[in-house]
Amino acid sequence: MNIKFAEEKIFKVIMICSSVLILGVLLYILGTIFHKGLPALTLDMITKLPGGGFYLGKEGGVLNAIVGSFYIIGGAVIISLLISVPLVMFINYYLPAKSVFSAIVRFSLDILFGIPSIVYGAFGFALMVYLGIKASLLGGILAVAMLIMPIMMRSLDEVAKLLSRDLPDALLSLGSTKYEMAKVILKQLMPGLITAVLLAVGRGIGDAATVLFTAGFTDNIPVSLGQPAASLPLSIFFQLGSPVEEVQNRAYASAILLTVIILILSFSSRFFSSKFSKHKI
Amino acid sequence: MQRIRFAKDKTARYFMLGVAVFIILFLLIIGFSLFFKALPIMREKNLWNLLTSSEWKPFKGEFGFSSFIISTVYVSLIAIIIALPLSILTSIYLNSYASKSIRRFFEPVVDLLSGIPPVIYGVWGTLTIVPIVSRRIAPLFVEYSTGYTVLAGGIVLAVMIIPLMISIMVEIFRSIPRDITDASLSLGATRWQTVKKVILRRSFSGIIAAMVLALSRAFGETMAVLMVCGNIPLIPHSFFDACYPLPALIANNYGEMLSMPSYESALMLAAFLLFIIVILFNGASRLVLNQIEKRYHFT
Repeated sequence: MNIKFAEEKIFKVIMICSSVLILGVLLYILGTIFHKGLPALTLDMITKLPGGGFYLGKEGGVLNAIVGSFYIIGGAVIISLLISVPLVMFINYYLPAKSVFSAIVRFSLDILFGIPSIVYGAFGFALMVYLGIKASLLGGILAVAMLIMPIMMRSLDEVAKLLSRDLPDALLSLGSTKYEMAKVILKQLMPGLITAVLLAVGRGIGDAATVLFTAGFTDNIPVSLGQPAASLPLSIFFQLGSPVEEVQNRAYASAILLTVIILILSFSSRFFSSKFSKHKI
Repeated sequence: MQRIRFAKDKTARYFMLGVAVFIILFLLIIGFSLFFKALPIMREKNLWNLLTSSEWKPFKGEFGFSSFIISTVYVSLIAIIIALPLSILTSIYLNSYASKSIRRFFEPVVDLLSGIPPVIYGVWGTLTIVPIVSRRIAPLFVEYSTGYTVLAGGIVLAVMIIPLMISIMVEIFRSIPRDITDASLSLGATRWQTVKKVILRRSFSGIIAAMVLALSRAFGETMAVLMVCGNIPLIPHSFFDACYPLPALIANNYGEMLSMPSYESALMLAAFLLFIIVILFNGASRLVLNQIEKRYHFT
């Protein structure tokens, strides 16, 4: 009879160990990145473009990659917002609740969500060759938009599903068209929309495989859509590949920058989603 | 005035319908364009030969994928073998044992782990896992290993898929009606017995689905694996050999090979294979998971 209590205790210990291990791995990752990168992290890293001989260990920073990353993700967010918001409105409020069509759309979103970023990158590049676009900011924006669109849609859809049906019903019964109704509902969904955007930005800004062929790489800040754009993950990757130790150290410092961006995004999306659940009607 | 309102409504409706149809078609567009890009190499060579040959000499026109396919499978399997027990144990702990405050503390931990970019995992892997494999683990089994191995790739990948599995499994366990577990506990079963006999049994299909989903994520993971697994196009004979998974193959060579049409086509075939496998795995597990979610909402 005591066996079952012994078993209970043993497994509880194992489970706690496994949870602690996972927490430990997270701390280990963050610790390693910060420990290695902090010594090389200077103000120059954030404020300067790579100077001559930067990749041999001379002066400069990764401003090109920081700005490039934000340009790419900014453009991608705009494109995917233009497609995500109408789509989520349509499957939640235009179609009947148990429509087969919306089930098919949701299933496609699930599948699109699972497609590896390298496939989006390869497809994006093939599309660019077909359209005659060279590796550029525009190409990077398109590829990253493909990657983050399903993320944004699914996250927004989750929030829209939770919203009470009373509000749309009340609006319709007052004689508004569905389009007018959707505009009001969108305001209700705003915190959820922000969370969805932050989530998508976090995923898009750190992904290297999509921008590898599509955005190219440059030491300058792009001034038009047709110019190549650098990005943080690729900058880390290229610097790490260098045999010069100083350049490698700067890769770790750049990794801190990317990690801090991700941490900020993650915590602010947590903040917005908790805010949303407080004011839900 | 009325007419304008209705016209606006109608335009918006058609636009939205267009977007929805586009999303469904988008999947087909990606599939077909990858397929047509891969067609030349499949015409030139027998598909079966391409998949089973391990001869990879692009400049002599030899495109055998088997070493890449085997590498992908090995790395993903190691990742699943490490990640599955850890994820199950942790999700059970979070669901049935942990207090609310621990659960709330763990949410951002899982979120952060899933939010960390692949490149950062790669950097961490090269800094820590690769030396550990090379200096500590490998010497126990083989004479020499660089550390850039199947095992290192598997370990890094395991950490990357753990948050995905935990978040799905916690949802699955939560979908089990409270009454059932309460009934088991009130009959004198311990918590662990309840977990074993009720929770795990009832969520078996869900756990398999979560595993398959994680496996498909592992197949496609590029950057982190590429940075730690050595990238040598030979069939790995042990966990301490370098390997070269499909996504890494595409990432390392695509973009430079435009001068050779058959090379480009071969890489597109790699992307197409990845696409098809991921769609099949993903589709199957999503169907199971959706079924579970439905049961949860309507009972």
